[in-house]
Amino acid sequence: MTHDSSENITEDREPQNESENNWRRYFSFSTDHKVIGVQYMVTTFIFFLIGGLLAMLIRAELITPQSNVLDRPLYNGLFTLHGTIMIFLWIIPFNAGISNYLVPLMLGARDMAFPLLNAISFWILPPSGILLISSFLLPNGTAQSGWWSYPPISLQIPPGQPINGEFIWIVSIVLIGISSIMGAVNFVTTIFWMRAPGMTFFRMPVFVWSVLSAQLLQLINLPSLTGALILLLFDLSFGTQFFKPLENGDPIIYQHLFWFYSHPAVYIMALPAFGIFAEVLPAFSRNPLFGYRSLAVASLGIAVVSIFVWVHHMFTSATPSWMRILFMFTSMLVAVPTGVKAFGWTATVWKSKLHLETPMLFAMGGAAMFLLGGVTGVMLAAVPFDIHVHNTYFVVGHFHYIVFNTITMAIFAAIYYWFPKITGRMYAEGWGKVHFWLTFIGANLTFFPMLPLGLQGMVRRISSYDPRYQGWNVIASLGGFLLGVSILPFIANMIGSLLYGQRAVNNPWHATGLEWQTTSPPPRDNFEEIPVVKRPPYDYGDPKYSVIEPSDYHQGEK
Amino acid sequence: MNRGVIHVDESPIPLERWRRYLPNWLKRYLPVRGGRAEDHHGKAIFGFTVFLLSESIVFLSFIFTYVGLRLTHSENWLPPGISGPELSNFVIINTIVLLSSSFVIQPAENALKHHRLNKFRWLWLMTICMGTYFLIGQGIEWSNLDFGLSTGLVGSTFYVLTGFHGLHVLTGVILQITMLVRSFRRGNYEKGHFGVSATTLFWHFVDIVWVFLFSLLYIWQA
Ligand code: HEM
Ligand SMILES: [Cu+2]
Repeated sequence: MTHDSSENITEDREPQNESENNWRRYFSFSTDHKVIGVQYMVTTFIFFLIGGLLAMLIRAELITPQSNVLDRPLYNGLFTLHGTIMIFLWIIPFNAGISNYLVPLMLGARDMAFPLLNAISFWILPPSGILLISSFLLPNGTAQSGWWSYPPISLQIPPGQPINGEFIWIVSIVLIGISSIMGAVNFVTTIFWMRAPGMTFFRMPVFVWSVLSAQLLQLINLPSLTGALILLLFDLSFGTQFFKPLENGDPIIYQHLFWFYSHPAVYIMALPAFGIFAEVLPAFSRNPLFGYRSLAVASLGIAVVSIFVWVHHMFTSATPSWMRILFMFTSMLVAVPTGVKAFGWTATVWKSKLHLETPMLFAMGGAAMFLLGGVTGVMLAAVPFDIHVHNTYFVVGHFHYIVFNTITMAIFAAIYYWFPKITGRMYAEGWGKVHFWLTFIGANLTFFPMLPLGLQGMVRRISSYDPRYQGWNVIASLGGFLLGVSILPFIANMIGSLLYGQRAVNNPWHATGLEWQTTSPPPRDNFEEIPVVKRPPYDYGDPKYSVIEPSDYHQGEK
Repeated sequence: MNRGVIHVDESPIPLERWRRYLPNWLKRYLPVRGGRAEDHHGKAIFGFTVFLLSESIVFLSFIFTYVGLRLTHSENWLPPGISGPELSNFVIINTIVLLSSSFVIQPAENALKHHRLNKFRWLWLMTICMGTYFLIGQGIEWSNLDFGLSTGLVGSTFYVLTGFHGLHVLTGVILQITMLVRSFRRGNYEKGHFGVSATTLFWHFVDIVWVFLFSLLYIWQA
């Protein structure tokens, strides 16, 4: 097999030029997967800040039982855009960014399979996000029907306004979807076609397996959302009646199409996080990843099962009983491969000497919080329980334990872990720990109260509530503000370290992945010479990799 | 196997060639045992097929909606006085033209693989004509129908489904024209080839989708 380096540098990529390594190229239409990865990560982080700001407005409104800070339409717009931004402009595209950066490096490739397409996928994102957020400026404000956009509510707009918040919402989500599909084509092709010699499927890091599984879900499931939104757009603006109950349409069909994507979407968000755990936990416990093969295959298993569980979001949507039972069963089945994952992480760190640097803190914190998120998920999958708490804060608590306390924590773990690789600098460990503890405490203060609130019956998406719910709400709001504050040391740390941090060595963590075998930051074509892979991943039993000393992080200049 | 070089299936029996389309595809384009990064053609075809897989789900979501609405609203499917899309000879001929174009475009692609540029151009041109014929036919059919986009469920589903498919036919024809023009430019042969294979795949895809839409919209209706 010829994997000659010079062969692979093809026409549609800009030439290699070391001195070009300046900040300017991060603002250019670059086809380098590393530049694109960073572009994705920074852009989505800005969206994350915006989404977080909206969340704090929501929490400000909910401190008191009355509706006094925001008027109702604005409140509706805020929670709609908060959810939409966090899902479609933060977690999913951030995962695309970190995967973009890492997958080719981890596979020993020089770039993604289609560099030009890659750049286009990214550049669709900022305009779509800006379009979405700019709908705050419309006379009737943004979409107000939540991130589900269920008809007929999403179709209830004042007449005579062809361009309204809902319209903008649909257009932006379709655009973001197109960007994701292009990305998914690229990732799947890259993983199949760009592996270095010797990089068999069972030598790929679990992170790559997770990306593969998540991107396959994007390919298979995302188009059903796109289809649903196209039909919704026609209903909204062109007089068709697919989902209009008063004109024979059927809104339940929309729910099916929506959840056929949006349930797997939760795994599109979660799988890369699981992959991050599988990279960070072994490196900081100096243990081989426990049950590598089963963890790799469990990623695919989760993906496959999650295609068949979407009706658990519709238990209260006039769903026939046989269907509820069936989907209760499949939903509980997801717990099996997921349990394999959790068991693997635990066994990896079990009885090992832990090195509690910031990435490890975030990874362990995230993995631990997944326990609560997963357990509440299995509870919700039980039909009788779900009927009781559907559409209450219990659901909000459940998914925030997953999307924030697990996935966003994993994202922070990833940022700290690969920061030296990406920037060639070390971050400040002390500030990292401050960031972790603020986040960890803030997140639990914010989201735990939602579980008892939901059990007591507080429904979601309301701006005023019965005064007896106020106690837990005050705690949640204060936690929310703490969470807002917790981001400040992070930003300071990132910018400060980028400018003044100590130079990082190529492999500060003594990790085994291919991405650590090249310089920090890697050259334009990733590797001097394409590596030949002869070992399994996570070879931490090897004495060469078995110690980690704080003094190793910065061994002089690179 | 000959890596990086376009693999030509020279099986003498045409039918055999069709029957082995999928197995050959898998053998040629699914690199399970290791990447072959230097094979740009194979990589690109793989990517394009994966994209088509995705695209077919959009159609499936429309079809799901159609079938769902149809099953639950059989009694008020047609508003009073509307007969719905008709299975006329006109539509049947249109369909036959579109479907048989798959059997023209495939030999065209094969001709290019065998470096028979002129044969390729003629067959390719014929496909373009057949696609255009279908589009014009659909336009005529649309303008003669007695219902519109907002006439009940029948109007909503019919126009959106056929319209979305028609958009794909149009894209296919535009791609074909591009490839034809490219084939006259010297030196574009290598690049043109991936484009030709992808367009061929796309065209088969558009045809297969039409089989489903046709059966649902016209035959089930009748
Ligand atoms: C692993 C990552 C997971 C994520 C990211 C996640 C995310 C979510 C989200 C965002 C929602 C709310 C949807 C809405 O707006 O209504 C939700 C609801 C739900 N989740 Fe999860 N979830 C995960 C795992 C699970 C698991 C493992 C199960 C069950 C085995 C589960 C069962 C449910 C159920 C039944 C609901 C619907 C509750 C209701 O609306 O009544 N989830 N989840
Ligand atoms: Cu779900």
